[in-house]
Amino acid sequence: MLEHQMIKVAVRKSSLDRRDFLRLSGLSSLGLVLGLGWKSDGQEMIAAGADAVTVKLNPYIIIESSGTISIMNPMPDMGQGTFQSVPALIAEDLEVSLEQIKILQTGGEKEYGRQTAGGSNSIRGQYQKLRTVGAAGKEMLILAASQRWKVPVTDCYASEGIVYHKPTGRSFTYGELAEVASQLPVPQNPQLKDPKDFKILGKNYPRPDVPLKVSGKAVYGIDVELPGMVYASAAHCPVFNSKLINYDDTETMRIKGVKKLVRFQRALGAHKYDAIAVIADTYWAAYQGKLALKTNWDFGGNDSFDTEKYEQTLRDMAGNEGQVVHSDGDFENAFHSAPVQITALYELPMLSHSPMEPQNCTAQWHGKDLVEVWVSSQGADRVKSEISKNLDIPADNIKVNILFSGGGFGRRLYNDYAVEAASIARELETPVKLIWTREEDTQLGPFRPPTFSAMKAGLAADGKPLAFQHKVISPSMGSTLEDKKDTSGESSSMTEGISTQAYELPNMKNEYVFSQIHIPLAAWRSVTSSTVAFAHECFIDEMAVRAGKDPLDYRLETLLTKPSDTKRLLLKLKEVSHWEKPLPDGWGRGVAQYEFFAGLGGYVVEVSSKDRSSIYIEKVYMVIDLGTVVNPDTVALQVEGAATMALTAATKSAITFKNGQTRQTNFHNYPLVRINEMPEVEVHIIAEGGPKIRGVGEPGLPPFAPALANAIFAATGKRIRKLPFNINQV
Amino acid sequence: MANISLTVNKKQYQIDADPQMPLLWALRDIIGLKGTKFGCGMAQCGACTVHLDGEAVRSCVTLLGRAEGQEIVTIEGISDNTSHPLQKAWIELQVPQCGYCQSGQIMSAAVLLRENPHPTDQDIDEAMMGNLCRCGTYTRIRKAIHRAAEIMNG
Repeated sequence: MLEHQMIKVAVRKSSLDRRDFLRLSGLSSLGLVLGLGWKSDGQEMIAAGADAVTVKLNPYIIIESSGTISIMNPMPDMGQGTFQSVPALIAEDLEVSLEQIKILQTGGEKEYGRQTAGGSNSIRGQYQKLRTVGAAGKEMLILAASQRWKVPVTDCYASEGIVYHKPTGRSFTYGELAEVASQLPVPQNPQLKDPKDFKILGKNYPRPDVPLKVSGKAVYGIDVELPGMVYASAAHCPVFNSKLINYDDTETMRIKGVKKLVRFQRALGAHKYDAIAVIADTYWAAYQGKLALKTNWDFGGNDSFDTEKYEQTLRDMAGNEGQVVHSDGDFENAFHSAPVQITALYELPMLSHSPMEPQNCTAQWHGKDLVEVWVSSQGADRVKSEISKNLDIPADNIKVNILFSGGGFGRRLYNDYAVEAASIARELETPVKLIWTREEDTQLGPFRPPTFSAMKAGLAADGKPLAFQHKVISPSMGSTLEDKKDTSGESSSMTEGISTQAYELPNMKNEYVFSQIHIPLAAWRSVTSSTVAFAHECFIDEMAVRAGKDPLDYRLETLLTKPSDTKRLLLKLKEVSHWEKPLPDGWGRGVAQYEFFAGLGGYVVEVSSKDRSSIYIEKVYMVIDLGTVVNPDTVALQVEGAATMALTAATKSAITFKNGQTRQTNFHNYPLVRINEMPEVEVHIIAEGGPKIRGVGEPGLPPFAPALANAIFAATGKRIRKLPFNINQV
Repeated sequence: MANISLTVNKKQYQIDADPQMPLLWALRDIIGLKGTKFGCGMAQCGACTVHLDGEAVRSCVTLLGRAEGQEIVTIEGISDNTSHPLQKAWIELQVPQCGYCQSGQIMSAAVLLRENPHPTDQDIDEAMMGNLCRCGTYTRIRKAIHRAAEIMNG
């Protein structure tokens, strides 16, 4: 059912003319474009064979007279389930089942708008729009049927890709109606289905990619194979901003299969890093050639960068006055006059995304002006714009084929590897597949920014908060990735969520202290909330302890006196985690929540420790507030995954630099949590329906580590303020 | 370069390749079986796990010279139609997220179940520790192996 599986490949020769190319950009089979409303490029009609007519009802729905229905999916699947959940939005209101459709990925064409999966935005951003697309399609098909039968439209209904005339039982398939339907005006306000009639949305619907992924048939970027393709393995310098002075390829050229070398630049944000690729007829030969290559780099002084020194700089800056990002009341006065004052510094490290599929891209030029890429990416539109910008060619001359991604987590928002492959391919007559090593993936960034948080709170004698401050000290993503000189706009992204929690904290003054760095930093699943939430929610716990209150009751009764979604979430957590049930000796419970741009979630973690040092995670409870849910099982999977990623971030390795390069290179020294270390996660979803939709992919991440650390404090009395920590010896 | 004969999923292949090339790249780039994945290149992640004479090995560090003449089974060879009990259980429990590591997970689990038709959680953890999953499907993998054992044992 998948176009992915037909990757042996629509475009075979470089003899395509521009017109063919543009047509192929939209569709893998030549399409009859008759849709109105979403697309304005006219009434072109192409019969793809004598008896097979393909109708594009609108840009998202393609119906062939044979009955085959294809739905365009604008959101790449990197494991977050959008291969099911996004087409489902169209299928539900179009009245087709997912089993009867083909799912095709869009390629960055303008008519589809945003085509980037990130920020937990796929469902939130597409829900209303794509349901409307499906509903409009269905109304056009029903109207076409009623006109052919000359019966009132109200006597007709659609189900499973067929329109029925209720009184007589007559029927037409969508394939029989599509051509006529596509000439009807597109209804601007089609009637959406009542949620009580949903067959797909809100259900634990099986994902169509799962059978492919358990049989080795799912095609990822790294699996693409084109006729005449060669392979590239590239030498990048692990010290950032280095210049390639010269190289010696004597040994490289002796390796059988090596064809040539291509110098190019890695374009990442505003940066251009020197690099050189070895081209060979197998990947193994290209990789051997790279290992044999002797490169001579000018580090430009960047080989002295050291994480320990940098962290001391951040620590030293904690007393600096920062940019005020939130101010309410008189923090200084209230803090200094408070009977109880507490302060703490939290330290969160740099991390690598490390998706299981190393970065890769296959590229081919069709003549001098047109380039086509096959890639695992979080956004076809961004692949297009990055190649266009860096290779200075019009976006319309770029065709992007999106395959399944072997993980993303933010890394595949940055399409440097796609620009690299397109750059290398420009120097070749054949298609080329560039594959990074795991070492390159681990060492070359962009990395999650490290953030330090200087926390202050003033409490009354009864524990009520009188003053509160969260000051973030960190480099920023924009200043490093985009090389921005003006960093005044960076404070909001680097203080994500710290001023907008539902907690009632009077005299709150939050600040941002900017620190320079030359390492490229970027969004990592849940972005800055992945670090600042740890400081925020552990410090709230410190306040509760100082107030002599139970940490969950302190939040509910002292900090959340008014109704809020956060209060509802915490009450639900209290119930599902059996918070009030006594625990055995040596056990402890911790709670944390975080609300940020992506959504709202919270955890209760239960741990035990026999020796007040070695920690075992007994059970994890999670509540996520979504408003509306599309696939509850996918939500549970995303939360299980976010908890696993958060546990790795909390208890495994940071990315640390020595002599300008990362100490970590591969999974032996940048380990991930393994199966024996992962506890059960019980997921509860709050979804009362209605128009408010929150994100799924990220809210499961930020509150996990603080809930764990708060549980460890409850069990051992040890307060963790620096990640990562050794869970076997806290 | 040398002429090397491989038996993969019960089919014979004659390939001309460097005997030092890891089996992984011969499977993927010469024979064209792409279900076996490259993850780390140093036997740390298990994404490249295949069976060599019935044992789970990391094909990224198994040299072609060593694989010659032995029975190799890849994810494509464990069933024609996702009918292996592990595949059925994986589908039933909707285990994969990105899916990239799952070929390797299933190949490791297949050896476990052959050797131990009634594994405990601890048996599963021990057998599956060599297979990383960045998406975090571990708890479902554990459940799916128990489920596959049930299916196998009727």
